[in-house]
Amino acid sequence: MKPAPFEYVRPTSLAEACALLAGDEEARVIAGGQTLVPMLAMRLARPAKLIDILRLPELAGIREESGAVIVGATTRQAQAERDPVIRASVPMLAKVLPWVGHPPTRNRGTIGGSIANADPSAEIPLVAVTLGAEIMIATTNGPKSMPSDDFFIEPMVTALGQGECVSAIRFPVWPHRRIGVGFLEVSARRSDFAFVAAAAQVALDGEGRCIDAALGLGGVGDRPLRLDMSSLVGTELDAASVSDAINAALADIEAASDLHASAAYRRRVAVTLCKRAVEQARVNASAKSAGAAR
Amino acid sequence: MKVDLRINGASRSADIEPRKTLLDALRENFLLNGTHAGCEHGVCGACTVLVDGEPVRSCLMFAVQADGYEITTIEGLASAPGELSVIQDAFCETHGLQCGYCTPGMILAADALLRHTLTPTREDIVEAISGNICRCTGYGQIIEAVQFAADRLRKANTLRPHHDAAHHGHAERDTPAEGVLEAAEADEPVVEAK
Amino acid sequence: MTAGPAALRFVSANRRVREDRRFVAGRGQYVADVALEGMLHVAVLSSPHPAARIVSIDASAALAMPGVHYVLTGDELAAATDPLMNGLDTPLVRRHPLAVGQTRYAGEWVAAVVADTRALAEDAVENVDVTYEPLPFVISAEEALRPDSPPVHPAHGSNVLLDRTFVWGEVEKHFAESPRHLSFRVTWGRNSTVPIETFGVAASWDPWRDMLDVWASIQMPKYPDQIARALRIPANNVRVHQDVDVGGSYGVKRGIKQTVLVAHLARRLGRPVRLIEDRLENMGGGDAHGPDRIFDVEVAFNDDGIVKSMKIRALDNAGAYAGRAPFQLGKPIGAIVGPYRIESVQYRAQSVTSNKAVQEAVRGFGQAPTNYAIETAIDKVAAAVGLERIEVRRRNFIRKEQFPYLIPSGSTYDSGDYHTVVDKVFAHIDFAALEKERDRLRASGLLAGIGIAACLEPSGGNSSFEPLLNEKNTTSTWMDSCRINIDGLGFVTVTIHNTSSGQGHETLVATVIGEVLQIEPDLIRVVRPDSLACLPSNSPVGSRMAIMLGGAAFHAAQKLKTKLTRIGAHQFGLGEDKMVYAAGGVTDPSSGRQLGWAEITNIAHRNHHLLPEGMEPGLESTHVMQVPTGGKLPKDGRVQMYPCHSFEFHVVLMAIDPELGKPEIRRYVIGHDCGTVINPHIVKGMTLGGIAHGLGAALLEEFVYNGEGQLITQSFMDYLLPSSHEVPEVEIVHHCTPSPYTVFGQKGSGESGYLGAPAAISAAINDCVAALGISFNKLPIRISAIGDAIAEAQQAKPQKKSKEQAK
Repeated sequence: MKPAPFEYVRPTSLAEACALLAGDEEARVIAGGQTLVPMLAMRLARPAKLIDILRLPELAGIREESGAVIVGATTRQAQAERDPVIRASVPMLAKVLPWVGHPPTRNRGTIGGSIANADPSAEIPLVAVTLGAEIMIATTNGPKSMPSDDFFIEPMVTALGQGECVSAIRFPVWPHRRIGVGFLEVSARRSDFAFVAAAAQVALDGEGRCIDAALGLGGVGDRPLRLDMSSLVGTELDAASVSDAINAALADIEAASDLHASAAYRRRVAVTLCKRAVEQARVNASAKSAGAAR
Repeated sequence: MKVDLRINGASRSADIEPRKTLLDALRENFLLNGTHAGCEHGVCGACTVLVDGEPVRSCLMFAVQADGYEITTIEGLASAPGELSVIQDAFCETHGLQCGYCTPGMILAADALLRHTLTPTREDIVEAISGNICRCTGYGQIIEAVQFAADRLRKANTLRPHHDAAHHGHAERDTPAEGVLEAAEADEPVVEAK
Repeated sequence: MTAGPAALRFVSANRRVREDRRFVAGRGQYVADVALEGMLHVAVLSSPHPAARIVSIDASAALAMPGVHYVLTGDELAAATDPLMNGLDTPLVRRHPLAVGQTRYAGEWVAAVVADTRALAEDAVENVDVTYEPLPFVISAEEALRPDSPPVHPAHGSNVLLDRTFVWGEVEKHFAESPRHLSFRVTWGRNSTVPIETFGVAASWDPWRDMLDVWASIQMPKYPDQIARALRIPANNVRVHQDVDVGGSYGVKRGIKQTVLVAHLARRLGRPVRLIEDRLENMGGGDAHGPDRIFDVEVAFNDDGIVKSMKIRALDNAGAYAGRAPFQLGKPIGAIVGPYRIESVQYRAQSVTSNKAVQEAVRGFGQAPTNYAIETAIDKVAAAVGLERIEVRRRNFIRKEQFPYLIPSGSTYDSGDYHTVVDKVFAHIDFAALEKERDRLRASGLLAGIGIAACLEPSGGNSSFEPLLNEKNTTSTWMDSCRINIDGLGFVTVTIHNTSSGQGHETLVATVIGEVLQIEPDLIRVVRPDSLACLPSNSPVGSRMAIMLGGAAFHAAQKLKTKLTRIGAHQFGLGEDKMVYAAGGVTDPSSGRQLGWAEITNIAHRNHHLLPEGMEPGLESTHVMQVPTGGKLPKDGRVQMYPCHSFEFHVVLMAIDPELGKPEIRRYVIGHDCGTVINPHIVKGMTLGGIAHGLGAALLEEFVYNGEGQLITQSFMDYLLPSSHEVPEVEIVHHCTPSPYTVFGQKGSGESGYLGAPAAISAAINDCVAALGISFNKLPIRISAIGDAIAEAQQAKPQKKSKEQAK
């Protein structure tokens, strides 16, 4: 399983990378390669040119802004897993990362790579959509960004145009004190792509009432879905309210059947995992004291 | 393309086409056959090498991407020809292998783990080798090997107070319990008081 | 004949497995490590169609590409070589390494491209232009049985390769007499043992020496013979290098089509040629799939749960060519009643062709699927009569005092004590506590259950299933061999005559020989000569090497011990019976005079004048051993299959989250009896590895063909192998009933764990869901199937609210 031949280029700047991409429609970006290289090996992808962006300084680093954490696209998953800023400010990402692939794939695989790959059952895109992250994109005409909801279109298809490259992901940081996250997935084996995955984040006030709630579902549709949990604000995230909100959000959900899971299974388990994720988030948030520093 | 790599502490160069994986380059250009091809699509882990000390699937890297890192293959573990590292010896002690095909990758994954911690829990070990598939052993004796290696490494640099009768017992503790066929008890990792 | 355990010094001791040393250093020599000067590389073009006529092959564009040397087609290869051997008498089912005239499964190899590198060969494969005319195809075995199904081999007339019914005992009478009956179907999905190293072969032809040299990742009896036959060359023109390490096989690396292909190319091109299957070639067209079988079972029993008679119809989907599939229906005849005293059996073995890839011999050679069917029967009998499943087993087990025990199909089980193994396992677990744990899990809202399986592991090997299924085959020899040489300086070198794939055969023979000669095994060198310098061997198949290689090593060592003693006795002028042999030397106990190893070996090599009259100089011995209890042809559909019978008893505690349907093993215990254990590490490894394979077969692994005849599990993305997360910690409880037929009482353990794990895991899942009125009767049992079945059952019984829903 050797790839078809390609030319390999390692630009020294992001601008150069975009120019190379723009100039050749047979060119593709490679970063960690954990999802691209298997496709090359099976000759499912045959770019004439690979543009290696892994070492571009503009794409590296994790930095905080007010209200957000900006994760450079080439941040390795393993690095993000260990990063104290992510742990403190984007706890959902920290929680999910141990479930992404295996330790060796996290050592090379990047946050941006997973986003650009857009596998509907992948965990990192699920986090991006659930939190309403922004995808920051480098283009030959300068940087742009778009909500992750708009970025993911279909399985393995994103809104990236030719000459464009994911440069960073801007994860919103909740200002509240009592935040908890929940994450569950079901797969045939640990760390396979999930049949169904649910990610939740809630914030509680001092009395345990919900100030904010975010819930996302992966593995079921063409893309990760953010579910509308606005009805939960003000409640105590009791079972009945949570159940109502989730059942309403998933009422018309469509799911695919494949070798590994039936559509009926996905639809049913989506409901279960969503409820459990919210409950897990609630429990985790409750454990935090109202006066705790974030 | 000319590629300059650092492999097992030595600088090695070759002219390698871009599509050649690090796995194939190690084997064909640098004649290091200890790294094995199992699937060539990043699932089985037989191709595992260390890149800056961390396990990576060499079938998912191209040789042209591999410059600027310290790459370690299984051949880089033994201190001298005919010698075995503590971890390699531990795998021999518990028979943590059979056909040997997944073994180099497995040992490197273990090596990386034990550089992070000498008190791994069973779950830590399971997670560390979860990216390496073995079809022979069912993993039991591999996990025992890593536990055994951890135990020996913990003791390796500890000064023994004096060589008295109490410490003769250490030799016995270095070997696994009698009767490997009996139900094994999980060893609690020993935390040395410093 | 058997040495008592108290006297053993090296056998059964926890000695390191010497082979491990080279592997942990990354110094194994696998076929891909063999570098031959000027070697060329092969990549294969496969057919995308389940069945198609090959209209034309145009290789001109491929041949024009850089580094491409040759494109081989099926027509050329078939003209130059004989078809591959069939085991059954089905001469019109012809199999060639490359398809001839038509292709018969999606993934079948159609052409082989030879180039300077594998990458260039793959590039060229894409430019070989094949025109196909799709033909009707059949995928399911039940459809293939029908006379109107499209025949995979039109010349053969139908898709039926084998349809043979055996009746052992008074089956109809027993069924008529029995007050209770039940019948069911179970299906074993197509899977295989899928080693991490694919099959690979390199060959080189020397026209001045008339020699074909072959290096391969092989586990195949009579491999050189089959190469010679296919290539139409004398067998002593074929030299197979057996010192190639094999990266796992578990039966499947027979590689004959790959070898004939590569050997022909080497001869044709005058250069060494190599094919290392990539994973896609291996999964889709390597012809190493396993049993694909439907069992329809009927049992006749009474209210006490005693099973008197059984009828089994086993329908196996061989794939597009016969391969070894039909014989995988035959070997289980040797343990067709499992560990039970069932008095009569009717067994209908049906093998059909279909447009799927070909089966090869998978670990256990059909015993694991058969055990799954038998154990399901026993569980259903227990449910029907309202007895505990373990109680029904206890009542039906062959009793210890009944061994050797003749089963209806003609095999005698050598020894066993199934009741004691069960008792030991139950005592170890504290079964009552396990049941309480199951109840606690249930009370917490989970589904929980316990699965048990009691299974035979026939071991020792024998070819008797071949003449049983094909009367034209009169093979009754199944042998192995060992040769020992003590050199002029007194060092011991042993030759063994097979390849190994991790079973520790070097350690095995060194241990045995060290035991007999009473010398340190670590000083014994074990080497594997090439096939021309080899003695007869039948390869490590059928869980046979502890018995056969161990036996041959033992006897060869005994011969040497006798010779050493004779030489020593001769120096003292005494009869051999007056001498005591110990630790490599001899003593005359009456006088205390001694002669040591070094002195005796020196006499043997250098002092001919001191040797007894007529004795050959040197210290060399050979033993070629026939399988114990073997050597007879079948009579009236009955024959002794394998000589020795190991036993395994599994207990699995399983929990399932009812909403997710994901089965989790909470505890796994196996009781294992393989007689005397020669090396405990090796046996433990086989057992744990076998359970992992079994878990894969039960829960994860399947070669799935869709309605269009396409293999949709082509890579490790979809064919799911258990990782360290999926395989639970396993507790092993050991027991030993020695075999009366072997030198130390050892039995085989190469198939341990695998033969019973699928049955036990399936039983555990079924015990979890039994209260909902569900049972699963097809492997693998996927999470989604469990979840959907639970949901359906709960919808049908709305009053059975689980605690989850109440939250």
